[in-house]
Amino acid sequence: MIDKKVSSPAAAVADIFDGATVMIGGFGEAGSPIELIHALIDQGAKNLTVINNNTGSGHVGLAALIENKQVGKMICSFPRTAGSMVFPELYRAGQIELELVPQGTLAERIRSGGAGIPAFYTPTSVGTPLAEGKESREFDGVTYVMERAIKADFALIKSTKADRYGNLIFNKTARNFAPIMAMAADITIVQTKSYVEIGDIDPETVMSPGIFINRIVEVTNPQQESKLVKEGVCYP
Amino acid sequence: MNSNTSNADTSNSETMTPWSRDQMAQRCAQDITDGSYVNLGIGMPEKVAQYVPKGREVIYHTENGLLGMGPEPTPEEYDPDLINAGKKAVTAVAGAAFFHHADSFSMIRGKHIDVCILGAMQVSKDGDLANWSTGAPDAIPAVGGAMDLVAGVKIIYIITQHTTKTGEPKIVDKCTYPLTGQAVVNRIYTDLAVIDVTNEGLALTELAPGVTFDYVQERTAAPLIDYTK
Repeated sequence: MIDKKVSSPAAAVADIFDGATVMIGGFGEAGSPIELIHALIDQGAKNLTVINNNTGSGHVGLAALIENKQVGKMICSFPRTAGSMVFPELYRAGQIELELVPQGTLAERIRSGGAGIPAFYTPTSVGTPLAEGKESREFDGVTYVMERAIKADFALIKSTKADRYGNLIFNKTARNFAPIMAMAADITIVQTKSYVEIGDIDPETVMSPGIFINRIVEVTNPQQESKLVKEGVCYP
Repeated sequence: MNSNTSNADTSNSETMTPWSRDQMAQRCAQDITDGSYVNLGIGMPEKVAQYVPKGREVIYHTENGLLGMGPEPTPEEYDPDLINAGKKAVTAVAGAAFFHHADSFSMIRGKHIDVCILGAMQVSKDGDLANWSTGAPDAIPAVGGAMDLVAGVKIIYIITQHTTKTGEPKIVDKCTYPLTGQAVVNRIYTDLAVIDVTNEGLALTELAPGVTFDYVQERTAAPLIDYTK
């Protein structure tokens, strides 16, 4: 029998190892799997390479993971959102590495990683510093830059609904990177607001098919990052 | 490069009324045609939405996964999972669609979005755009979706003050800041003028009330062609 449900966030992230590459879903706070990130802080794996569009805000979630010195390298498109103090400080002190990737290139590198495509050509970044040192090629008179796919050991994402096969439903713009990260990681871990019976999700409405999902944890009342930041909460 | 410099145009400076930020947004909005799919950058470009002439149906794309972005929510409508690319709370209009990031940037890179309006640090006479980094060694580089947008959207409009706060030209012969994209800008809306990037060069097509061509040329570090006549 297939049952991907795991008892707790701690159990779900227990085997994330030192030096692992971890994709974390979310765009700002929308879709950020905050309970899974906090479980990873409790677990303590170090020298992680983390892929997320941003670097978190305040002192909770992704920002707290970085502040806890568990991240050696960030791969992201926009590391200095309003309210992100942790990453800029460590970056200026030379204590964390940054690979800056245009947002659409980041998405396509992740999608390709999950789709079995090792590299692709894109018009994005041609003639800019972010294309330096990369192979380029002309197609039909237009120059494109070659970008490599990204894969990960783990992906941590958040959904509103999941069944035991791992079929997922997301809420509004909280979907963002989750479906493609789910494809690109060896082990994809989902925290879901509602764990439902097989058949409860209409197949026509599945947003991320269960084949890409490995573990599901039910977190019925997920915390809201902006609220924690406003309250000045620091994790742990 | 400041307005007190004694020259031929000083007589105009008294009657000159550069466009305000709202007027710039309003002017830009006139050029958004009915039925357009539009992506608005963060900041001044966001203002354009409120001035699109009545009767034109425009669909706003936000690259974090929404077509059909609506205005700010009421407290009852607020949902932290419904935000725009600037991470501000928004609403979804009737007929809106949500999708993931790879689909969203396929819309951008695949040339499906009609118009993108962005701010600028510098624009060159060839339409090169610099708007993501000053290149300063202590700056935290952040690019977001800007490079994808300029590479993929059919029409790129820039809305910006004509000069920097210290009076330096932002429209230049060659950008000194790191580029966002090469030869990507179609039209520039400033507080002084509307300028098209053409194969012949920078064509000034409109002036703010009382502003003269010479006044704008003096504040522009690239040759302008007068198309107002």
